[in-house]
Amino acid sequence: MYTEVVMDHFKKPRNVGEMKDPDGMGEIGNPVCGDMMNIYIKVKDEIIEDISFQTFGCGAAIAVSSMLTEMAKGKTIAEAKKITNKSVAEALKGLPKNKLHCSNLGADALQLAIKDYEDRKAGKVRVRLPMEDAHTHADGDACKCPYCSGEIDPKHEFCENCGREISDIH
Amino acid sequence: MKVINLDYISANPLLPEVQDAMIGAIKKDYGNPSSTHSFGDEARDAIEKARENVAQLINSPSPEDIIFTSSGTESINHAIKGVAFAHGKKGKHIVTSNIEHNSVLKSLRRLTKSGYTITSVEVDKHGLVDPANVEKAITDQTILISIMHGNNEIGTIQPVKEIARIAQEKNILFHSDCVASVGVIPIDVQDLGIDLISFAANQFNGPSGVGGLYIRKGVALWPLIDGGGQEFGRRAGTENLIGIIGMGVAAEIAFNEMQSRLSYTKKLKNRLITGLKENIEDVVINGHPELSLPNLISLSVKYIEGESIVLMLDEEKVVVSTRSACASGSLRASHVLLSIDLDYADAQGTLIITFGKQTTEDEIDRFIDVLKKVVTTLREMSPLYKKGKI
Repeated sequence: MYTEVVMDHFKKPRNVGEMKDPDGMGEIGNPVCGDMMNIYIKVKDEIIEDISFQTFGCGAAIAVSSMLTEMAKGKTIAEAKKITNKSVAEALKGLPKNKLHCSNLGADALQLAIKDYEDRKAGKVRVRLPMEDAHTHADGDACKCPYCSGEIDPKHEFCENCGREISDIH
Repeated sequence: MKVINLDYISANPLLPEVQDAMIGAIKKDYGNPSSTHSFGDEARDAIEKARENVAQLINSPSPEDIIFTSSGTESINHAIKGVAFAHGKKGKHIVTSNIEHNSVLKSLRRLTKSGYTITSVEVDKHGLVDPANVEKAITDQTILISIMHGNNEIGTIQPVKEIARIAQEKNILFHSDCVASVGVIPIDVQDLGIDLISFAANQFNGPSGVGGLYIRKGVALWPLIDGGGQEFGRRAGTENLIGIIGMGVAAEIAFNEMQSRLSYTKKLKNRLITGLKENIEDVVINGHPELSLPNLISLSVKYIEGESIVLMLDEEKVVVSTRSACASGSLRASHVLLSIDLDYADAQGTLIITFGKQTTEDEIDRFIDVLKKVVTTLREMSPLYKKGKI
């Protein structure tokens, strides 16, 4: 199911652990959907000097966190802001379709950590963001049937197009 | 190194006798059991022999009360939809529980599109249905009760005999998903008084791709699959003869070995439970302490997620199952675990460990060693671990 790169990052994750006195921290996800990530950064002269993660999640979630920290370490804040879920998934040589949401979470957690760093620099009080809704999409904004790719209304139980049940997996 | 299989519920190992019987059947190259010539007769005899063995396993009054299907899921679909459509004029209400297998829940959900209504009785924190709640849910429109026997995720065994008595009193048909219990614990359909029982060969060391449905004599239900008159006109389609032969052999051996298997698996289960509790902190064993399948343990490992545990165990050549959202592809935690009031994080970190007569005590011990290491590694990575400890 997973590529060799993903398995490598899963078996030997880089930059694991909580950071003492980080300059920025991003928390994302929730146990409802089964993925939670914390990203910690230490910034000096606008460069991410050190970065670490903690993750509660599946193989993809752990691999995404690990790859993400590897990609961001040593980059400037401006460069790190350009890291997206797509670039993380590409660096991992691809993720299964139903795991792409994990890469969303990783990239978002990093951006939250960066935002936290910038907020603290500006003297703003740290605000706890509300829990992320588990309903995210890997490809665009329309809800699509995972079987026939037809557009669907997520409130329905069955796909109008092919009749298969969607309420459990969408 | 041989893989340690603790995921019997997904894939039971075939007994050598079953393998031999099926290979023999392949080489023999049987004809079609429905043919009227002698080439078909041998095939017909082989199926009926298998049917007798399966009937014996559940003490069915006659082998003709058993039909063969492709799986437990097909049997369940057939029972539920078949009864719903056959009795639709009498009423359109069905009573079930909230921990049924997806094949029950989705069949029922499909029926709601045709105007059927469902009442789902809640289980307690052990996963047990209270028959009194089933009785309360019944209306004058109820035509079917479908409540499973042994639960495939947490192992809890329902009081089906009591529920069957209520069903009989109210003249309502009762179907029970017995896929996880037939061939594992003794089942006597006459004693239990159930009208329809679904089961599958791959839960008692038989091949995948073949299941069975017990239909008590006199019960009316529509066929699911229409065509030629196979299986007494109930289930069309040329039979999976090789699979059925395998199922028959597995059923015969399960019947003969039932008591020894029960005591052996109980011994393994106790060894596992003791070993897990002694070696790994912050684990919860779900289900009912006594009314539970002897070959299944549902283990919630706090602070970490199921698929990552399964993958790491896989690296160490140990296989188990999980129903975490990520592993099942549904992006939701198991409805069974949520029904017994597990919180979301614990539900995501739940393993289903299943085993059988071929499992050795050494394998159990090695599993506990490996799991301990995996849990330590994953907890070090988890943002929940420290919080939980405070």
